[in-house]
Amino acid sequence: MLKVENLSTNFYTFRGVVRAVENVSLELEKEEILGIAGESGSGKSTLAWSIMGMVPPPGRIVSGRVTIDGVEVTRLSDTELRRKVLWKKVSMVFQGAINALNPVYTIGYQLAEPFIYHTGLSKKEALDKAKSLLPMVGLSEEIAKRYPHELSGGMKQRVVIAMALALEPTVVIADEPTTALDVVVQAQILNLLKKLKREKKLSFILITHDLSVIAEMSDKIAIMYGGQIVEYGTSEQIFNNPLHPYTRALLRSIPRLRGPIDKLQYIPGEPPDLISPPRGCRFHPRCSEVMDICRDREPVLVDTGEKHLVRCWLYDESWKKRG
Amino acid sequence: MAMENGNILEVEGLRVWFPIRRRLSELIARKPPRYVRAVDGVSFNVKRNETFCLVGESGCGKTTTGKALLRLVPISGGSAYFQAREEILEELSRRGIKVGDDGRVDIFGIPPSKMKPLRREIQMIYQDPFGSLNPRYKIGAILEEPLKIHNLHLTRDEVEDLIHRVLEEVRLTPPEDFVDRHPHQLSGGQRQRVAIARALILKPSLIIADEPVSMLDVSIRAEILELMGMLKEREGITYIFITHDLAVARYICDRIAVMYLGRIVELGDARRVIEDPKHPYTKALVAAIPEPDPRNRLRIRNVPIKGEIPNAANIPPGCRFHPRCVAYDENRERLGERCRVEEPPYFTVERGRVVSCWLYEHFS
Repeated sequence: MLKVENLSTNFYTFRGVVRAVENVSLELEKEEILGIAGESGSGKSTLAWSIMGMVPPPGRIVSGRVTIDGVEVTRLSDTELRRKVLWKKVSMVFQGAINALNPVYTIGYQLAEPFIYHTGLSKKEALDKAKSLLPMVGLSEEIAKRYPHELSGGMKQRVVIAMALALEPTVVIADEPTTALDVVVQAQILNLLKKLKREKKLSFILITHDLSVIAEMSDKIAIMYGGQIVEYGTSEQIFNNPLHPYTRALLRSIPRLRGPIDKLQYIPGEPPDLISPPRGCRFHPRCSEVMDICRDREPVLVDTGEKHLVRCWLYDESWKKRG
Repeated sequence: MAMENGNILEVEGLRVWFPIRRRLSELIARKPPRYVRAVDGVSFNVKRNETFCLVGESGCGKTTTGKALLRLVPISGGSAYFQAREEILEELSRRGIKVGDDGRVDIFGIPPSKMKPLRREIQMIYQDPFGSLNPRYKIGAILEEPLKIHNLHLTRDEVEDLIHRVLEEVRLTPPEDFVDRHPHQLSGGQRQRVAIARALILKPSLIIADEPVSMLDVSIRAEILELMGMLKEREGITYIFITHDLAVARYICDRIAVMYLGRIVELGDARRVIEDPKHPYTKALVAAIPEPDPRNRLRIRNVPIKGEIPNAANIPPGCRFHPRCVAYDENRERLGERCRVEEPPYFTVERGRVVSCWLYEHFS
């Protein structure tokens, strides 16, 4: 369905080259949700933009391939990309998208736009089509006549989701879809996404810094740190048997609602500067289990069995053998 | 001299109503003025050296309550008796403020122009460490500003010594490295520590922390929370901690007050309230919070609440939660029309735990 192979994206800034995404590979199957978790600056949003082929300047995809439904997105021109791929095969619910609704157009018109431009429907047909999308996301058709300022945050988020689903794409990328919302509304939106996944057999890439939301939704999880995937596995593997010291520390830092109150752990130090990342493993300055080799050589992703990948020397036997 | 019950602050019936500008037609028709009732009758006590939490969704009035205690918003009614230090009380009486014999002073009784001495006692930490520090000031100058404003008659050496000490206290070490930096050269966590240092430098006894960790990455949140806990132990600070995150509240708060549409609906021991919520709104809030358990993805989360949060300019009559209350529908026979007409008082359901819901009337 969706395949990302060795994707790297750089930003060329005055201060130097920012390696925002480095050598990322992942796969998404039908009716599957892949969660991408990481802190601010870990490259998760840039990864999403790269998959869409819409990296904003001064950023550029420097290597790697993205294939969606057999079409190699990374080789298309901008025009081809817009005509054939965006919104039809892959669409995105952007971070803070509720603020991206145009305040001077009605919800119905904004929902109708993709139909007018992509399928060549007349304005009236498109509007009817737009209306029919609203019940799918739990809104009444009457909302089509309203303007964005008349809706609550949760309703706007539903509209934005409806927009992303308008042309029935195979993959939807949701970048922090619930971050600005209150918990009750967040739960409703997450329920909606679960329902859509089941009923429409949709595939999602869910990007968030909130591990609880990731757990709530994802079948597979990729943990990103400093532009790289450091651990990749099924939801159960990541949460029940985290391997990378970063993942472990991250999981110990979340306050929980139930169970014993253990002392919360934190990760000392700061995320790496991606213009001049630390030598060796990018996490080594903050790692509690750092070894000599970590300061010197960069680890690669190794499979520890059952497709549970981790980028850490603790699990890579190859260097020991070579001495 | 302390209040006998050990309370540092006693808030009673706090109201913050913002008037809505009337249209010309309304003026001509002599319609009564309308208000956004941001805080609508909030009462609570804060014990010395505890962490008291105000939780709720956006728009519930938790931040406005915090701001009201510093007189940063106009107060429409209520009282807030605060137990201040001796020197602050003297300073206040010198300015002609009446101070009770018990050393209590009503924050809302002081004209805003004479609030200054009290601000040494009550400090605030804001949510956004990117917006709350002046980008043109160096860290040293940011920390010096409160000392200048409050005119503490310190020598240059004393000021520098104080700045260094407070930076060490928030673990920005060595302090010499930080005084000459600008905020943009620091990470989010470091900036929030500067904000804490700025609040600490006046040695306040009460700190109002408004979502101090919401903007920070998870991996460093715990560090800031731990720092705040350490300062509580060492400096005897009392916190009013404002947050939307019940899980965070469970870890650091002693007592918790859940707010909905400008009113406290449930108040009690933090762990008890979260682990065994009584008010239908608290129940919904707790049920809505995602947990890091991969099994959750297989189920649709049941959040017992209907509709959307009403506008604070148009608060429903009776219990303000009744239009969204699932328990109201389920217990219609027992409750009758009561929830729609009469605002529920606070019923004590267990020691130190009150709930504003007619379901618990039999506890009165």
